[in-house]
Amino acid sequence: MISLSLNGKTVQLSATPDTPLLWALRDELGYTGTKFGCGIAACGSCTVHVDGKPTRACVTTIEAVAGKQVTTIEAMDSNHIGQALQAAWIRNDVPQCGYCQSGQIMSAAALLARNPKPNDADIDEAMRRNLCRCGTYNRIRAAIKDAAATLSA
Amino acid sequence: MSTNSYTTRRDFLKGSAAATGALVIGFTLPMTSRFAQAAAAATPGAGFAPNAFLRIAASGQVTVICGLSEMGQGVHMGIASLVAEELDADWKSVQLEQAPVDKAYNNPLFGMQATGGSTAIRGHYEPMRKAGAAAREMLVAAAATQWGVGADRCRTQDGRVMGPDGKSAGYGELVAAASKLPVPQNPTLKDPGDFRILGKGLTRIDTPSKVNGSAGFGIDVKVPGLLTAVMVHAPVPGAKIVSVDDAAAKAIPGVKQVVQIPQGVAVLADGYWTALKGRDALVVKWDDGPLGSLSSEGISKLLIDATTKPGAVARNEGDVSVAVAKTIEAVYEAPYLAHACMEPMNCTAWVRAGEAEVWAPTQGPGPHQGIVAQLTGLPPEKVQVHTTYLGGGFGRRFAPDFIIASTLISKAAGAPVKLVYTREDDMRGWYYRPASVTRFTAGLDKDGNPVSLTARVASPALSIAAGFATELPKGIDEAAVEGIGDMLYAFPNLRVEYARVEPGIPPWFWRSVGHSQNVYFIEAFIDEVAAAAGKDPVEFRRSLLSKQPRLRGVLDLAAQKVGWGSPLPQGVHRGVAITTCFGSFVAQVAEVAMGANGKPRVQRIVAAVDCGRTVNPDVIHRQVEGAIAYGLSAAMYEKITFKNGRVEQSNFNDYPMLRIDEMPKVEVHIVPSTEAPGGIGEPGLPAATPAVINAIFAATGKRVRTLPI
Repeated sequence: MISLSLNGKTVQLSATPDTPLLWALRDELGYTGTKFGCGIAACGSCTVHVDGKPTRACVTTIEAVAGKQVTTIEAMDSNHIGQALQAAWIRNDVPQCGYCQSGQIMSAAALLARNPKPNDADIDEAMRRNLCRCGTYNRIRAAIKDAAATLSA
Repeated sequence: MSTNSYTTRRDFLKGSAAATGALVIGFTLPMTSRFAQAAAAATPGAGFAPNAFLRIAASGQVTVICGLSEMGQGVHMGIASLVAEELDADWKSVQLEQAPVDKAYNNPLFGMQATGGSTAIRGHYEPMRKAGAAAREMLVAAAATQWGVGADRCRTQDGRVMGPDGKSAGYGELVAAASKLPVPQNPTLKDPGDFRILGKGLTRIDTPSKVNGSAGFGIDVKVPGLLTAVMVHAPVPGAKIVSVDDAAAKAIPGVKQVVQIPQGVAVLADGYWTALKGRDALVVKWDDGPLGSLSSEGISKLLIDATTKPGAVARNEGDVSVAVAKTIEAVYEAPYLAHACMEPMNCTAWVRAGEAEVWAPTQGPGPHQGIVAQLTGLPPEKVQVHTTYLGGGFGRRFAPDFIIASTLISKAAGAPVKLVYTREDDMRGWYYRPASVTRFTAGLDKDGNPVSLTARVASPALSIAAGFATELPKGIDEAAVEGIGDMLYAFPNLRVEYARVEPGIPPWFWRSVGHSQNVYFIEAFIDEVAAAAGKDPVEFRRSLLSKQPRLRGVLDLAAQKVGWGSPLPQGVHRGVAITTCFGSFVAQVAEVAMGANGKPRVQRIVAAVDCGRTVNPDVIHRQVEGAIAYGLSAAMYEKITFKNGRVEQSNFNDYPMLRIDEMPKVEVHIVPSTEAPGGIGEPGLPAATPAVINAIFAATGKRVRTLPI
């Protein structure tokens, strides 16, 4: 059994140690907000936080995160950055199909945690590994700036 | 307001059966007879079945029932808005429920329950308004009777009926009485000047669930006893299995079953990871079949060769053999493209004794129900299809491959099975926008005036691949020539020909279909002709559009908004392109700078759109923005190629797509219009690529005649 902290609660996983965190979250724990997109860390749909850092859950084994703090989209409404981002995402009506948006918000939350006032280049650097096939990029950019503004107000 | 997921719908069905009498205005959909009931409501000749689209609870909660698939285009919002507007609903009390399969929910423009072709608003603008208006009239009649006043003395607002002397009742209080009244067949619709929801920019009803991880996509479906399947798919279209060695796969702890179907071999396990490990341990030998030597070079040669000979005549006006002073010729080519929806293809199927259930992110729940019925030998009414949210669609999810495979696997396994394609399976799924080649010849007179245009299109036939036709009327496949054969430019002499070429990779619908390549071809070539004539690209187009006010209108608006002809920063250049498709008109101007690596950097695109009356301007902005991103991504990066019958690309590492740091600024200007609504999911796409290509010419003097750039 591998033990880790998920959204502030300790959970035990019976999956084999080589199981990617993505599939342990989705299939064993029922946390389906974190999405499967590519399986090779090339799209960002599965982004979660491990000890606060944005991490691709599809290539991160549960063995590698044993004892660590994992945060998923399901907990984003319980911290002020997550709340600000979700509110900004709604105000700016960012999602279209919505499939990539959990990963987008997780990457954006990690960005705002280390850089409360990101400029366009900062946003490019932090978000360019999160693909969106619906082309919501300009809305994502606007929503990150909007959330940053509300957090500094 | 909120959007129910498929699970909530099931809960509702149980709840409504228990709470008989509490719910009103018909259509409580009891579990046992809902197919019959909805079918009865849509008897031929009635033409309108309001009850299938709307339910109001005693609490005042309004539930709009939508048979169209939400794949990001905002259709749930659009349909709910149309009903709520005419109902005069309190918007906060409106929720959306995904419909089951029933002919009451057939897309009027398709004759089946399917979503695509930018048809949702075009097909439902009036029927959905009538559904809301009929319910409103019944609620007013109920209140008027209760108060003993004439209906003409009552009005409605925000979910309430107001009568004389301060009388007022919420819709919820009136539903019991209203449900006993006859349904008006021709309810009065609002004057558009009175709209409070339509044409405004309300936030989409599906947004809240899409920012907290709770939105239910196909891949998120859970049913008791569910197994996950991952497959070995055919490496070459039409390849046949020679042998399967599943010993190593079965030895992996957690692998439950290995199932062979005609499409491949599936490994079933409790979860994806174990199923994938099992799949990777399978040893499957294939006979590649006749397509095992297929290559992209060979396909390209077939297409180009086909344009050197006369084809079937799609359009012929005047005489293109008329003498000209100057001739311009060019050959354009576009590659195969993947849809690459962010949600990999998946479907959950549960074939049981005497019935089957399917949960799928599908654009075609109607036809897919029929397919499952055929595969299982069940009557269609014994096959329930639950349409989930779609993590992108773009035409891909109208294909039946994932439905067929999951149904056959569940049937063989005797268990509920969620089939999940790996990204590589998805990328190599054999449903692509087809490669296409067009050869153009244009003639100018000695003053540079356009005299003639000949276009020879070579491409596979989509209508045949999709099963819509078994032979081509007059040899023409509409999707192959659309955008060229129906061009609005007034060349005095015009001829469009089509050569059907079938290299073996069947073509499929891809966002904006034939326009996706043909508008690139024609709009880039028109720019060549304008340059040869020594004319300004905007003025040259205008001169050929004197009888096309809507298309010329968007061209003028885009040119005006971008400041066509005004000075640009050093190194930045403009290109223009226009299109008419899916009932809408779009012009785009791209501003492009060439990077040091020779790649264009698209800085800004200004789009003008005439899509008739608008339902939600914000959704229009986003659809145009998204379509531009989808088109630019293809133009800059995307190409599916074949070698030895196999797809060479596999995942996002070798099939790159547009990222946030390459997304141009996009401005969308909507032409105010009282025309009937046009489509909007696709029309924003086709002009983006040629606008950029034409800007590259302005910057470099070079014509880009093959993609990606």
